[in-house]
Amino acid sequence: MKDVLVNLEHISKSYDGQLILDDLNLYIRENEFLTLLGPSGCGKTTTLRILGGFEQPDTGRVVFGNQDITNLPPNKRQLNTVFQKYALFTHMTIAENIAFGLKIKNKSKSYIQDKIKYALKLVNLDGYENRMPDSLSGGQQQRIAIARAIVNEPKLLLLDEPLGALDLKLRQDMQYELIRLKNELGITFIYVTHDQEEALTMSDTIVVMNQGYIQQIGSPERIYNEPENAFVADFIGDSNIIGATMIRDRLVEILGARFDCVDEGFGENKPVDVVIRPEDVELTAPEEGIINGVVTHLIFKGVHYEMEVQANGFEWLVHSTRMFPVGTPVGIKVDPFNIQIMNKPESEDEEAAKTNE
Amino acid sequence: MNKKMLSLPYLFWCAAFILIPLAMVFYYGFTDKTGAFTLENILAIATPEHFKALRISILLSLIATVVCLLLAYPLAMILARMEVNTHSFIVLIFILPMWMNFLLRTMAWQTLLEKNGVINSVLSFLHLPSLNLINTPGAIILGMVYNFLPFMVLPIYNSLTKIDQNVINAARDLGANSVHTFFKITLPLSLPGVISGITMVFVPALTTFVISTLLGGSKILLIGNVIEQEFTQTGNWHLGSGLSMVLMLFIIVNMILSAIFDKEGEANAL
Amino acid sequence: MRNAARKIYITLIFIFLYAPIVTLMFLSFNASKSRAKWGGFTLKWYKQLFQNAEILQALWNTLAIALLSSLIATVIGTVACLAMQYMKKRNRTIIMGITNIPMLNAEIVTGISLMLLFIVLGMKFGFLTILLAHITFNIPYVILSVQPRMKQLNPSTYEAALDLGATQLQAFFKVTFPDILPGILSGFLMAFTMSLDDFIITHFTKGPGIDTLSTKIYTEVKKGIKPEMYALSTIIFVVVLLLLLLVNHTPREKSAK
Repeated sequence: MKDVLVNLEHISKSYDGQLILDDLNLYIRENEFLTLLGPSGCGKTTTLRILGGFEQPDTGRVVFGNQDITNLPPNKRQLNTVFQKYALFTHMTIAENIAFGLKIKNKSKSYIQDKIKYALKLVNLDGYENRMPDSLSGGQQQRIAIARAIVNEPKLLLLDEPLGALDLKLRQDMQYELIRLKNELGITFIYVTHDQEEALTMSDTIVVMNQGYIQQIGSPERIYNEPENAFVADFIGDSNIIGATMIRDRLVEILGARFDCVDEGFGENKPVDVVIRPEDVELTAPEEGIINGVVTHLIFKGVHYEMEVQANGFEWLVHSTRMFPVGTPVGIKVDPFNIQIMNKPESEDEEAAKTNE
Repeated sequence: MNKKMLSLPYLFWCAAFILIPLAMVFYYGFTDKTGAFTLENILAIATPEHFKALRISILLSLIATVVCLLLAYPLAMILARMEVNTHSFIVLIFILPMWMNFLLRTMAWQTLLEKNGVINSVLSFLHLPSLNLINTPGAIILGMVYNFLPFMVLPIYNSLTKIDQNVINAARDLGANSVHTFFKITLPLSLPGVISGITMVFVPALTTFVISTLLGGSKILLIGNVIEQEFTQTGNWHLGSGLSMVLMLFIIVNMILSAIFDKEGEANAL
Repeated sequence: MRNAARKIYITLIFIFLYAPIVTLMFLSFNASKSRAKWGGFTLKWYKQLFQNAEILQALWNTLAIALLSSLIATVIGTVACLAMQYMKKRNRTIIMGITNIPMLNAEIVTGISLMLLFIVLGMKFGFLTILLAHITFNIPYVILSVQPRMKQLNPSTYEAALDLGATQLQAFFKVTFPDILPGILSGFLMAFTMSLDDFIITHFTKGPGIDTLSTKIYTEVKKGIKPEMYALSTIIFVVVLLLLLLVNHTPREKSAK
């Protein structure tokens, strides 16, 4: 069980009269790759900036190790930030950029030289010491920004959507790079993104946020397979979200048909929301399914076929490696383990707030 | 065809009113009254009175430029950090004097600085000795600073606002305190604006004759005064042009510096 | 603490900028001609100002020249920008270099160069020579305002207009022109301002019979300050203040920024 490194306690923040964060509580463990995931405006960047010291929370405190660092200015905190648009010092060489933090700490010349070489090697940019930032590509600049930050051996590295401006292939390469770096350096990473695939790929822990509230915290597998509310279910991956009735423990009625499931504790005859991932929808011959329907759309996606099946008044999204042409009558089956039950929210705001408790 | 014709009006104008006149200055500068080639108009800068005028002009305009820089930079920094609402109000307040007539602004200082002017009146009212303020080099520098300060503030302000806040944040994040951040990051990145401001103050200050006439009396002659007199009183255009060509050396250096450092056109901040 | 220092600094600069102007305003109401003693409140200097035919003539000249020269400069400058869009890069750079000359050159040099031109051409110095000179130093300001906007233009919108059937002229006026209009307006405004305030170049190109406000003030001040000048300053200040307030409270597109 790893130690807690950072603790955010009862953090609230308003901006221009708008409440961005409301009583946020979060702890981060050592050596964790934790991702704050959510749509624009959900508060993830604000949280990161509060951690970095670029914003002060209205209430609450930030505890780093044993120290309350809430009012500590950024230059005194033992963490470093990788900014979204790299924020390299354009009037300095790459070597001077990387050496910046070290020079402030009065490290010796030879120490700095070694560190620069080491950092450049780490991000696969050996020999770039005397280049100017403007002469580098986006991906290279990003790696220099990372090198500049980690060279100071921070305990905590904050990354604010660093891969946003890169194209797909480069982004994927950089994702692996970041994981490798984290393992090699043993630093705790706090990563901010709105890209759920990115979050699922790299994180040990994902914190899903919406409208300033934490929706769910968990490992990528749990977030994906067991979303706790409709927002998380909808935000992560594709899903079928259907209104249903919980008959009793382990039995749910969806669109008039009864499905066995594995969830308990939702009461009897209570309205609930049900989440079923498209890849968990099994298509069978019409008589072998629990409900019947007709294939209405078919798209080849490379990795799988994407189909829409109209059944019992709902358009089911299905991912399968088997293909059924449009118009084919099919049956639908779902393994009980793959049906995720969620409470029905009364309002969107309330839902966002409720799950934070 | 059509497109080529579009450029004709302006090309004509450039040739007729920019290039040819300049060529004339060169012509008169290099010739004497008989039309023969001579270097004496240019070398005239070395005569004691002319050289003195040039020296004083350079000295005063340099001092004025430095004073402008020292005053303008903090002001530009304060303006750059302001919220947009207060900011446009302050900019308004600041631009307002600029839009008043240049001569009236200079005349205003004359009123304040004169022997029987406002400042001395206040002093004598307080039974303090009166000061000899007008017709001094100090008065001229004051006039230069007063008139040209906005031209230093605006390019620096423009440069400062272009600095990405995250670059400043990155410096703080890496451990730099405010002073360190200013000298290592903010100042170097604002340099294009500074250079632009310097060139926009130094040249008008160097070549002015109005400020020296109104605030310097006939006692302090700047090179601008000398040239102006050659053209309007003495009528010796050859000498006047020759001396102007010497001035142009400074201006050309200014243009080169401007081109190197002012790639983004901060000079057009107005 | 920092905030207080900032406020103090701005206030000091504010005082520095406005002390002379406010002094003039006070003196404009001073019945006594003395700059030191207050002789009682009066409006007689204002009256004298409005009765001074020479000053009024100079004011009229100034406005007329400013308006005409900025209009003409705006047309020439905008057409020049258009032409430059189609030029080879090298030619464009040369033209831009020449355009910068009046701006970077000392005004005194521009003034004497134009004066020499007019003398050699045997022109009579007067309204026309001043006008030509003003147009000359106004054009660069127009070009520097309009050109950036032209560079930012999306060529596709112009081509879309052609594709939909417009002639080149129609496409220009319906698509290009509205897009660069803010640049044209701000160029015009800058030219107008520069022209209003100009002294040095006017001084060399005007000849004896005519005056603009600036040159008139210069002559008067050299003779000795007349209190009508204070009245004039106050009026100009108030007018400029009102104009700036007006401009800042209208839609951002038209503001002289």
